[in-house]
Amino acid sequence: MTALDSLSRPVRPGRVHQWVRDARTRRLLGWAVGGVVAAIVTGPEGRLGQPAYSVSHALRPGHLFLCVGLALAVGIAFEVWLRYRGQLVTAAAPARAEVLRTWRRAPVRLATYAVLLVLLIVLPGALLGSYWQGVLVEQIGIYALLALGLNVVVGFAGLLDLGYIAFYAIGAYTTAYFTGALPVHPPFTLNLFFVIPLAVAAAMFAGLILGAPTLRLRGDYLAIVTLGFGEIITILAVNMDSITNGARGAFGIPPFSLHLGPLKYQWGLTSLPYYYLLLIFGAIIFLLFSLLENSRVGRAWTAIREDEVAAQACGIPPVKYKLMAFAIGASTSGFAGVLYASKISYINPSSFTVTFSILVLVFVIFGGMGSLVGSIVGAAVLQTVFAYVRKNNTVDPADIYIYVGALLIVMMIFRPQGIVPSRRRAREIGMAEHGVGSADALAAPVGGPAA
Amino acid sequence: MTAAAADAAEAPGPALMRVDDVTLKFGGVTSLAGVTLHQEPGEILAVIGPNGAGKTSLFNCLTGVYRPQQGEITFTGADGQTVALIGRKPQDINRLGLARTFQNIRLFNALTAFENVKIGVEARQHTGPVGAMLRLPRTRREEQESDARTFELLDFVGLRRRANEIAASLAYGEQRRLEIARALGTQPQLLLLDEPAAGTTGGEKLELTRLIQRINTEMDMSVLLIEHDMKLVMSTAMRVVVLNFGQVIATGTPAEVQRNPAVVEAYLGTSEEGNDSATG
Repeated sequence: MTALDSLSRPVRPGRVHQWVRDARTRRLLGWAVGGVVAAIVTGPEGRLGQPAYSVSHALRPGHLFLCVGLALAVGIAFEVWLRYRGQLVTAAAPARAEVLRTWRRAPVRLATYAVLLVLLIVLPGALLGSYWQGVLVEQIGIYALLALGLNVVVGFAGLLDLGYIAFYAIGAYTTAYFTGALPVHPPFTLNLFFVIPLAVAAAMFAGLILGAPTLRLRGDYLAIVTLGFGEIITILAVNMDSITNGARGAFGIPPFSLHLGPLKYQWGLTSLPYYYLLLIFGAIIFLLFSLLENSRVGRAWTAIREDEVAAQACGIPPVKYKLMAFAIGASTSGFAGVLYASKISYINPSSFTVTFSILVLVFVIFGGMGSLVGSIVGAAVLQTVFAYVRKNNTVDPADIYIYVGALLIVMMIFRPQGIVPSRRRAREIGMAEHGVGSADALAAPVGGPAA
Repeated sequence: MTAAAADAAEAPGPALMRVDDVTLKFGGVTSLAGVTLHQEPGEILAVIGPNGAGKTSLFNCLTGVYRPQQGEITFTGADGQTVALIGRKPQDINRLGLARTFQNIRLFNALTAFENVKIGVEARQHTGPVGAMLRLPRTRREEQESDARTFELLDFVGLRRRANEIAASLAYGEQRRLEIARALGTQPQLLLLDEPAAGTTGGEKLELTRLIQRINTEMDMSVLLIEHDMKLVMSTAMRVVVLNFGQVIATGTPAEVQRNPAVVEAYLGTSEEGNDSATG
């Protein structure tokens, strides 16, 4: 009876009750818990596998307070931002419009790019030590190149390719072959600059072979087939011992060298010269791809991505254009393979596992699908984090992907378009959220026979 | 295309498009049962019929989306060659000179009105990835041509001032006209319009009627129209084909069809005169 009474009576929550029910409080609590978890896993004995152990042994109060405090500070800043977001956006609108207007002027844009390029040329040599220079080339530079290529496939054409690293492997092994580093010897060894077109052609050919039968598939099926292809290449590299030297891999791939009459130069073991080489190639590819994006071909990709049926009705053959994107992506990957093989001078199949395919995809998504700048930023930011963790051992390097996964989930909730999104892609994602069209051309074909 | 249309008008040559005994089944459901009709060059032909009569199925057979089990569809292109359409892919049919719009508008929503039309115009161009990346002279020339043509088409449908708006942000009637402009961009000989007046207001319908007439006269293009709105059909179509339960039940001028008792029955189920009935 009394229980029923209390049920039928309108609940009059007390002050504390109201406070607990408040979404803001709960979010802040979430941040605090996140801080505790962070304190555990970053503590001196921190291991995600044994959280209880580190709670009892290694959770020092100072460290705990620091982590929780930081988390709460971020949480409060986030709440403040949420609260005043509208006003901030309105207040910033004129300034933003002004910046955009300035940015649209070609001289301003060119000058910005020029300054950026000069900074990219000067700063690494001046500021970075040899560890970070190595990271800049082997982790950031090569992966930015890979991300640029995958961006054509995933971002421009809307195809999910999970075996992307296979083309990178093909590029690297082609390099090893033509420089005589494999058990099978080529008829002639080549300077690496001449290997580039061959490796690119090999990767592109592989892309066409794989793409021609599979690009008729939609969405998930394509992802599965490409995933399988990636595995096949890795397993072939391991098992074709007499050709690829198996799991031991290829040694002694020479660095790039230039012999142009009096001009002689050899890229050695130091990273900086390779960085400049990458910068030149990267800038060229960036320029070519940005021209491609705003061309007939780029628009056809967008059309297919947004509505394949409508694109067909406009006379655009989807398979042909998908194949084009696939081949361009594959050749970029193969090109990156050449640079990688020559920089490291040693390759083995473990450098080309499916993890790396996923990693490149993560860079593209994190940076912003369909955005060239985004691909580079995604690769740069995440690889810097990885390199930092590896250097300072702040968390177990084996655990790093747990954090990357968490970061991606948070990204997908708060900023699904990525850090530096392309305008078109951001619009598509926004519309898909509001039920206008789909973010990818994965939807069913024209509706049924109703007329 | 004008040459072909003129030729055919002088000497009664082959029809522009001919549908011969086409049957389309989905499992046990027969959507089209032996449909036969043809379109003369330069004609505005309307296909009407109650809901479920098979009008959109017919459209999808014409444009390669569905493949009928039986029958033949032929099209006489600008070069005078008569080709079969069944078994061809939608994009190839578009290349032959049939462009379509969709019943439930299918624009590229995240792109601007300009880009939407430009994609249609560019379907007839040849720039490939290499040309695009290297900005070859031909690419630049084609780019200028397609820009100019796109603006012309936007002018034609009265959307020039909305060129830089996102397609999804346009009003419903504007989206209809934009879709028509995109289809016109692919330089068809025969424009297939799937219920262009659906969901538009009275004023927009009037505008649409004029637009269809202008497409026919100014661009010298044949139009095949599926429509529920009788007013629109009666004021634009030169000839009307009536479908019911997947069969052609009447063919003739709008006035003839309107008087046909079978048509009246199919539409209203009674002998009452149907003037601007959009029911069915």
